[in-house]
Amino acid sequence: MVSLSPALPAVPTVVARSPGYWSGVFTRLSRDKLAMAALAILVLIVLMAILAPYLAPADPAKATMLRRLKPIGTPGYPLGGDELGRDMLSRLIYGSRLSLIMGVTPVPVAFVIGTILGVTAGYAGGFLNTVIMRTADVFFAFPSVLLAVALSGALGAGLLNAMVALTIVFIPPVTRIAEAVTTQVRSLDYVEAARTSGAGAAKIIRIHVLPNVLGPVFVYATSLISVSMILAAGLSFLGLGVRPPEAEWGLMLNTLRTAIYTQPMVAALPGIMIFITSISFNTLSDGLRSAMDVKA
Amino acid sequence: MLSYVLKRMLLILPVALGVSVVCFLLVHLSPGDPLTAILPTDASAETQAEMRKLYGFDQPLPVQFVLWLGRVLTGDLGTSIATGRPVAFEVGRAVVNSVILAAAATLIGFFFGSLFGFVAGYFRNSWIDKLASFLAVIGVSVPHYWLGMVLVIIFSVQLNLLPATGGGPNGSSDARSLDWDYLRFLILPAVTMSVIPMGIIARTLRALVAEILSQEFVQGLTAKGLLDRGVFAHVVKNAAPTAFAVMGLQLGYLLGGSILIETVFAWPGTGFLLNTAIFQRDLPLLQGTILVLAMFFVVLNLVVDVAQAAVDPRVKRS
Repeated sequence: MVSLSPALPAVPTVVARSPGYWSGVFTRLSRDKLAMAALAILVLIVLMAILAPYLAPADPAKATMLRRLKPIGTPGYPLGGDELGRDMLSRLIYGSRLSLIMGVTPVPVAFVIGTILGVTAGYAGGFLNTVIMRTADVFFAFPSVLLAVALSGALGAGLLNAMVALTIVFIPPVTRIAEAVTTQVRSLDYVEAARTSGAGAAKIIRIHVLPNVLGPVFVYATSLISVSMILAAGLSFLGLGVRPPEAEWGLMLNTLRTAIYTQPMVAALPGIMIFITSISFNTLSDGLRSAMDVKA
Repeated sequence: MLSYVLKRMLLILPVALGVSVVCFLLVHLSPGDPLTAILPTDASAETQAEMRKLYGFDQPLPVQFVLWLGRVLTGDLGTSIATGRPVAFEVGRAVVNSVILAAAATLIGFFFGSLFGFVAGYFRNSWIDKLASFLAVIGVSVPHYWLGMVLVIIFSVQLNLLPATGGGPNGSSDARSLDWDYLRFLILPAVTMSVIPMGIIARTLRALVAEILSQEFVQGLTAKGLLDRGVFAHVVKNAAPTAFAVMGLQLGYLLGGSILIETVFAWPGTGFLLNTAIFQRDLPLLQGTILVLAMFFVVLNLVVDVAQAAVDPRVKRS
């Protein structure tokens, strides 16, 4: 379930993976037209971020009071000017850089940390499991938006603090899935057999646990990127993330709020970018989920 | 049943304790001295020490925590540095407004979400299903603070039908009236907020209805000659507990996550309070608001669990 507030993730059941599993996943995914369209949009957005200096027609930081709040279609300003007379098109293009970095980064970091914690808790069991999982329970007790805002509010505004806050929000759900799958796999007959025939913990985790854990956790993590994009831009929107005069979609939405009376179309533009990115990540993740046949 | 309720209550005690530790530590996570916000920059060392003692910041952390927890349990959440009023008073006033907003949004979202979800699950893979699923994806992907702005642009700026911001006429923060004068302020924020639970409930119900329809007992009912209407009643009965559980949890998420929407609409609730607390570095207010919201969520989880167990005995056994 994808939501702004990830609920307790359902525990996926461990299924046997045949050798041709991954090639099957890619074949199924490549036949999913909607998912491929989403992937194409995301590739374009990433290219836009990388090639920003070559694509942007103007300097995104150059303010001109004479041209502030120009409508869409003004000659020389294809998407209008913002509240300080900066070129909107250039700022939207440059904005993709910070928006993507801020929205995407917390997910892989949480994926790695959460998987390590979850596998450790699931494999070790006992006291270590109790400590890790009960701590995760405490963080689960906070609605995620509240936790993100509370943490970045306490840490203070800034790009890095906002990313740290989002990472902390996403670690517990990842940990919970990784732990649930590990606990299931650990007691399977073939794992018991491997253990009795002398395989060490590291080997069992590498050969039997991780291949089973990574799939469901990966699918869950991809569904988090869309949530993370919205939350990250939301933190900037509140003034807790990126600080002016940087170009970032959430922050641009905030500074243009007063412009809704004079240039409503221009004011709404950064939100459209967040929306397109978020819905593309969501659609791709849905496609991956059905291609991988993970029931969660 | 009673033993189940007691067991669940015992289980949330450690979580509640953990939540209070996190809320307590939030203040100490923040960079800089919590007193800098209220002290003049040229305050003498004696004044600083005096204030530190007054707020109890001179004690070691565990001692501060126990003292703080003791006060919290008696209902004393401290004093807001910014307003000088008790935090419990500020939060209590704001929480009513937030509950009104979150409850209205949950109801709207539940109604449309279950409608879409039921129809989509019932006519799986038809065009109606595709449309409903598409709306659900939009519901969970749209940046809701942006949607709020767009609705303000359409209904306040262009059509001039509804107010753009505020909790009531004449800047009143008292939204506890059923007058149209007050209700019109509620419509835009509630509709904006309802998009999230709508998408989630629609998705959950679609999967649930499709699963129920594929079960053997449904085939049995159809084979027995039961009409579609009769089968439908069985599906509703089986799907209802989960739908209500999701709705209950959504209320908690919306209440905790309302800060973005409350900021867009200047709705005088807890989100607005948090915003003030963060930007005025009013740490006791920040701590108290988060604690109240998180505890509300913990208790709501318990209520949902117990209610679910009451209608569905299978839950108790798992």
